[in-house]
Amino acid sequence: MSDVIDRPILAEEVAAQSRLRIIDCDVHPSIHAHADIEQFLPKRWQEHLRTYGSHLRTPYIGTTPYPRSSPLIARRDAWPPTGGPPGSDLDFMRKQHLDPLDIEYGILQVLDLFIFSQQNLEFGAAIQRAINDWQLAFWSDRDPRLKASILAGQDDTAFAIAEIERCAKIGRYVQINVCPRANEPLGRRRYWPIYARAQELGLPLGIHVGGYGGHAPTGGGWPSYYVEEHQSNAHTMAAQLTSLVLEGVPERFPNLKIVFIEGSFGWIPSATWRMDRHFEAFRSEVPHLKRRPSEYVKEHFWFTTQPIDEPDEAKHLRSLIEWVGVDRLLFSSDYPHWDFDDPRYAFKTPLTETERRKIFNGNARALYRL
Amino acid sequence: MARHIVARTSEIPPGGNKVFGVEGRDIVVFHVNGEFFALLNRCPHEGAPLEKAACVARLTSPEPGVYQRSRVGELLRCPWHGWEFDMRNGQSYFDPKRVKVRSYPVAVESGEELQKGPYVAETFPVHVEDSYVIIET
Repeated sequence: MSDVIDRPILAEEVAAQSRLRIIDCDVHPSIHAHADIEQFLPKRWQEHLRTYGSHLRTPYIGTTPYPRSSPLIARRDAWPPTGGPPGSDLDFMRKQHLDPLDIEYGILQVLDLFIFSQQNLEFGAAIQRAINDWQLAFWSDRDPRLKASILAGQDDTAFAIAEIERCAKIGRYVQINVCPRANEPLGRRRYWPIYARAQELGLPLGIHVGGYGGHAPTGGGWPSYYVEEHQSNAHTMAAQLTSLVLEGVPERFPNLKIVFIEGSFGWIPSATWRMDRHFEAFRSEVPHLKRRPSEYVKEHFWFTTQPIDEPDEAKHLRSLIEWVGVDRLLFSSDYPHWDFDDPRYAFKTPLTETERRKIFNGNARALYRL
Repeated sequence: MARHIVARTSEIPPGGNKVFGVEGRDIVVFHVNGEFFALLNRCPHEGAPLEKAACVARLTSPEPGVYQRSRVGELLRCPWHGWEFDMRNGQSYFDPKRVKVRSYPVAVESGEELQKGPYVAETFPVHVEDSYVIIET
């Protein structure tokens, strides 16, 4: 057999596929040429970029702390024929991804220029601002399917607020992005002004995996291998979910919506079960929490699906989806990165039409008000 | 079993590959270490095009600190998620019983031999001095 995709396909699923358009909550655009971004940078920071470049908490200049499995972490078939890095050519992105998969909307997540890891916070702020402008000029203006996110690195909280205000006035961004690996856990109060403003503006807070804040990416220390570091994306997300819930962010900001991006969702059931159990034992330590941690998770958090877990038995994925809740899941592809999920084949368990509509479109449409 | 003459051997350079549409399927033919291998151009996992795969060696380690590299260029690493397949039979490296890519027998024959066969007139102008790659489906 040529196709060993190991699951039965429901008749209603086949029928639904032809009608259901996809909202892809994780699309990575890349800068094609330095000049593209420089036009949005003040001269002072253009010169800084040329003279000094990035200052990261990684051992060698211009590198990531871990090798990657493929060049620029990309699918090997995603290099545009016109040159430039994967994700840098809109026409090719349309041809390879947006059109054939019938993407109704794609939410942009920019990772270029180590966007949230610059230790010179002023420089980091300048490039975040430039990239916020670049997203509109190079992507949303040219293809209205592509929706921009406000990059607002939280360690310079004053800048983050000012940038959120500036972008909110423009009014075309659907989300505020902060980093899961910053100086302190996300629940800490120093970051709350950002959450207050996000709530007032009705913009979801997006948290995409990655970044190098200087801490080891796992509680156990620095991993040896890329495969080990890649695994730690989920650990980081679990730590940030715990921090946000236990510090009381959803209690204090009941209308704030928080989206975890590229952390998938297999780890959520055990993380929330454990939080609930510990909460029963240590309730008096966190009297600011009025409800069980799992209740906050079920109401205030959303999770994108890629890189989806693939248990040996498909029914176990089914259980995971039920435990996390169909309403909490947002389909994401991660195009053009190597661990891309194809909406047609990524779910190795059957979904009903109602479930498909929620995960692939409806949940994101409501959350981002598309 | 139908036989399809798809190319001159010289059209697929060593270490390279070429995709052919055969009876509605895309079949990719690899040329490695003097041999030709034909596989469906589609990863069984999520459908990635295997023509973009990296051709790698089999790397095994009987114990920590010891490694062996063999069959250089004969393993495909999928361009998306890096699943590895044996070019010779399409078997996956990690779950050979359950997961495989459809593979097809390949033959290389000289134009002189082919001219005697029934395939010449309908499809290809066959030059007797060349060799041809034939896929059986």
